[in-house]
Amino acid sequence: MNDAAVGRIDWNDPSIEKIRRDMLRFAQLQLRDAGAAEDMVQEALFSAMKYEASFAGRSALKTWMFSILRNKIVDHIRKSSREIAGADLVDGSAEDGDDFDALFDQRGHWNPEDRPPTWADPESSLSQQQFWDVFDACLDRLPPKTSRVFMMREFLDLDTDEICTELGISTSNCWVILHRARAGLRLCLDRDWFGREDTPC
Amino acid sequence: MLSCKEVNRLCSEEQDRNLSLTERINLRMHLAMCKACTNFRVQMQFLRAATRRYREGRRGPAGD
Repeated sequence: MNDAAVGRIDWNDPSIEKIRRDMLRFAQLQLRDAGAAEDMVQEALFSAMKYEASFAGRSALKTWMFSILRNKIVDHIRKSSREIAGADLVDGSAEDGDDFDALFDQRGHWNPEDRPPTWADPESSLSQQQFWDVFDACLDRLPPKTSRVFMMREFLDLDTDEICTELGISTSNCWVILHRARAGLRLCLDRDWFGREDTPC
Repeated sequence: MLSCKEVNRLCSEEQDRNLSLTERINLRMHLAMCKACTNFRVQMQFLRAATRRYREGRRGPAGD
């Protein structure tokens, strides 16, 4: 399917349905609104069909369709940002306190048992389905507002200035939230994936 | 000398903004001596690589 000739995509191919399901999952993760997610995927599919001639075949079909979906979601967020509004999110800056403080001593150095170990061959994890299941579970475990900022930054590739503007939070607040999100994900992956040899389930 | 906690913050923020020259020098000095923070930084970069794959729909075997 990925090497389909330019402009000759078979939209009835079963692989399209699989991509559609993955797109839906991605959209639901970004929007946390099943109806809106369904709409975004539908719109992205229509766009893809309409502009299939512009699919140059340089990237995988799935990557191309995901980039269309991402643009639709970004547009949607830009349009609806007034509804999300700041107050909700500003609260979010304190939603889980600073629980990473516990990893450090009073002088701000790692506690010996909390020092990040070297991860064994992280690259190969990226091609394992089980890794992505753990990754999803770790994402789900982030506090919702923290996760929202993180996904706007990393999955929708918005810069922090735009995120601040859209959500009505300060830039430094945004950096703090992103730091917390990354530190939380790192800790979760460390415990549930990379450290799994120590604690077999 | 930066603490590990401050270095953690910079390792995240360098993905969102350009660090100042002073910050970069202090970061480099700390990392040269601290394996734990070096690991932390590598893991921050790994997260970025993972989310990039995720958003391109390339999860799982053979980048699919």
